[in-house]
Amino acid sequence: MGAKMVDFNGWDMPVEYPAAIGCGIINEHMAVRTGAGIFDVSHMGDIRLKGPQALAAVQHISMNDASRLAVGQAQYSALLYPQGTFVDDVIVHRLGEDEYLLVINAGTREKDFNWVRDNTLQFDCAVENLSDDFTQIAIQGPKAVDVLQKLTDADLSTVKFYWVTRGTVCGLKDILIARTGYTAEDGFEIYVPADEATSTRVWNESLIAGKEFGIVPCGLGARNTLRLEGKLPLYGHEISDTINVWEAGLDRFCKMEKPEFVGRAALEKAKAAGVTRTLVGVEMTGRGIARDGYKVLDDSDREIGYVTSGSPAPFLKKNIALAYVPPEFAVVGTAVTVEIRGQGVGAQVVPTPFYKRPKKNT
Amino acid sequence: MAYPTDRKYTKEHEWIQSSGTTATIGITDYAQESLGDIVFVELPKVGAELAIGKTFGTVESVKAVSDLYAPASGTVTETNADLATSPEKVNKDAHGSWMLKIMLKNPGELDGLLSAADYEKFVAEEGGH
Repeated sequence: MGAKMVDFNGWDMPVEYPAAIGCGIINEHMAVRTGAGIFDVSHMGDIRLKGPQALAAVQHISMNDASRLAVGQAQYSALLYPQGTFVDDVIVHRLGEDEYLLVINAGTREKDFNWVRDNTLQFDCAVENLSDDFTQIAIQGPKAVDVLQKLTDADLSTVKFYWVTRGTVCGLKDILIARTGYTAEDGFEIYVPADEATSTRVWNESLIAGKEFGIVPCGLGARNTLRLEGKLPLYGHEISDTINVWEAGLDRFCKMEKPEFVGRAALEKAKAAGVTRTLVGVEMTGRGIARDGYKVLDDSDREIGYVTSGSPAPFLKKNIALAYVPPEFAVVGTAVTVEIRGQGVGAQVVPTPFYKRPKKNT
Repeated sequence: MAYPTDRKYTKEHEWIQSSGTTATIGITDYAQESLGDIVFVELPKVGAELAIGKTFGTVESVKAVSDLYAPASGTVTETNADLATSPEKVNKDAHGSWMLKIMLKNPGELDGLLSAADYEKFVAEEGGH
């Protein structure tokens, strides 16, 4: 395809596809917001927990409440260290009565699998690393449902957001189809057998099926700008092993009413102590682009925090960023300064997510 | 991409076209292609002094920040104001979208830069283009 490749945590990944085939980050981003885009996300890892105590095991390692999941339902969650900081964020899918699938990040696959295995030894369930068995392909955007429906016998209109089903896709039987994504848009992630011939065929057939809906292949660059507009965290940026759940603002996915999970005790203490920094959305008011790692200053040029992710937002047509700042600077409307190559540039705390997809009336 | 032979090139992917003691500077098509969608160009003010090999500005795409290096020493006489509002013009026509005009301090400096053919060879080795 002639995509620009980059080494991403040891994976050769496309950053963007060439302008010659109608791509480039801005076009890719816009296609997902208005039509459809397709992403090769086979770098994502998959861990299956299966057995009589699979639920108990998931409950022990995941901060969300998996007991609320019906078979076929999924939830966003995180795996935590005992100190309440992040091993990784995950999507927990309940595939069967006693079967759960955790979808994890590329850069942390090995670490995550070892951590899950080591922390579930006391439970009667099998923990398997299925990461190399699947190619994960994401079809995202308001037209994603129309694209995928052409390729599958599963009735996608009955699959709600954050639910999964199985169906024949491109002639392949019993393919896992999840209505999930990392773009703040409607869309699907499908898990096809990892052999290259099969993945390539599904990829190409999706592009053909999506042609009438303006589908374009999308790389990691657009994936990043899309998730940033939707304030979806990225490991190593908004969440890490030194950032806790309260700081990251992921409270609603952390169920403290659960009596026990790894990290809970520390989080209880941290909650009582209060946070010293919190994640905010920032929009540049001056001319400049905030980038990862740039310093955030107050009005007397005192360093108060740092940018975790910053970029031009192609759909919103603004320069936006996520940053950690002390809570007293987190109020929407607060003026802050971002230091860009030694120069202070004006910015302002704004409501997040920056982008929220329009609600459908169906 | 055929690189115009009416100018010289640097390994940092700038081009410079001279006429006597004045010169025009921009970035190459290879540079714009590598950067992707350009959204921001930061240039020095008229009167600023450029020193060969030193940074004089910044170009940013959606995904990356890249420094601009002076292909020759001199004094800035004009900047392309158009790029402040339409930086994407560099993507559309890198060799036509000039950034700076300068008064050369030492026109002989250009003799040390790459010809179009040498630059083409250089980027073919660097990026497989």
